[in-house]
Amino acid sequence: MEYIILISGFLLVLIGLWGILSQKNLIKIILGFTVFNTGINIVMVTVGYVKGKTAPILDVISPEEALTSIVDPVPQALVLTAIVIGLGVTALMLVYALKLYQDKKTLDINNFKDLKW
Amino acid sequence: MIKKLLIVGLLTGLAFMFYGLLISYNGNETLTGLGSYYAQNGAREVGAANLVSAIVVTYRGLDTLGEVTILFLAAAIIGFVLKLKKDEVVEARPVRETSELLTSASQVIVPVIFLVGVYIFINGHLTPGGGFQGGAVIASGVLLMLLANPTMHISHNIVATIESISGIAFVAIGILGIVLAGGFLDNRLLPLGEFGTLLSAGAIPLIYIFIGLKVGAELSNIIGTISYNQNEKPN
Repeated sequence: MEYIILISGFLLVLIGLWGILSQKNLIKIILGFTVFNTGINIVMVTVGYVKGKTAPILDVISPEEALTSIVDPVPQALVLTAIVIGLGVTALMLVYALKLYQDKKTLDINNFKDLKW
Repeated sequence: MIKKLLIVGLLTGLAFMFYGLLISYNGNETLTGLGSYYAQNGAREVGAANLVSAIVVTYRGLDTLGEVTILFLAAAIIGFVLKLKKDEVVEARPVRETSELLTSASQVIVPVIFLVGVYIFINGHLTPGGGFQGGAVIASGVLLMLLANPTMHISHNIVATIESISGIAFVAIGILGIVLAGGFLDNRLLPLGEFGTLLSAGAIPLIYIFIGLKVGAELSNIIGTISYNQNEKPN
């Protein structure tokens, strides 16, 4: 089971990177970044999975048996942080895209040659 | 053509590296290292039923403070980038009339969305959820209001006040932790209470309420800034 999730996570990373590298539209490039981000998060959560164990929330399980019945909570906490940072970065990128569009009335990356050498 | 080949080559190389990682992954049979420490001592030391919240708010509380700061910084930069110049005339842009369905539904749903958001961040130490998730839900309610009434202006003063007060309160609770308990952001400055009830886990619910308000205000501010900027006169 964890292999399926791990493979889909890696596939999402590859799809995201492909989107970033090959798309011409700024919005699509930003979508590529978010897909990339999601893939990394899925891989991180899966790495913390322990076979046959449940979520690290002690509502039914008593604290004494926590050690033998929960998955690793540390990657989940890391991913929670990563999602929020990803949200902030995505919002910033979208605003830059908006500003570029207001400036040049186009979203095609080929029309932005100011920093090209 | 060469560019496409380069992209394909890069992706194949990366896929090859991922394949190496994949076949070396065997899955874990038991908890090890830091995870096992948190599983053994988290409930006793922090008193939160949700161990992820215990880690995010208490054990790695400083990281969360940094995270909130990054989100604040993103909101501030967005406000700065989208600031209209003084001579730019702000006119209401022509908007299509929103449908009856959206307007009526938003009046019914928005209070419920706010309630769900508040529920999520108040119960962050018991159930899956917490300040960030609850704040995002609240901001989605603001977005729905904005969709139903595109000319609505989100008051910058109210949002900034909520945001600053909750940010200061978060840091103040952290400093109180140094004075009254073991260190910065230690949640034991309030009694831990009975494990698994709403009033437990010391200061975690309090911190999550402030984080939820702050994140909700910040995201609403971002949405509001982008919406307001659209009123710019087309040139």
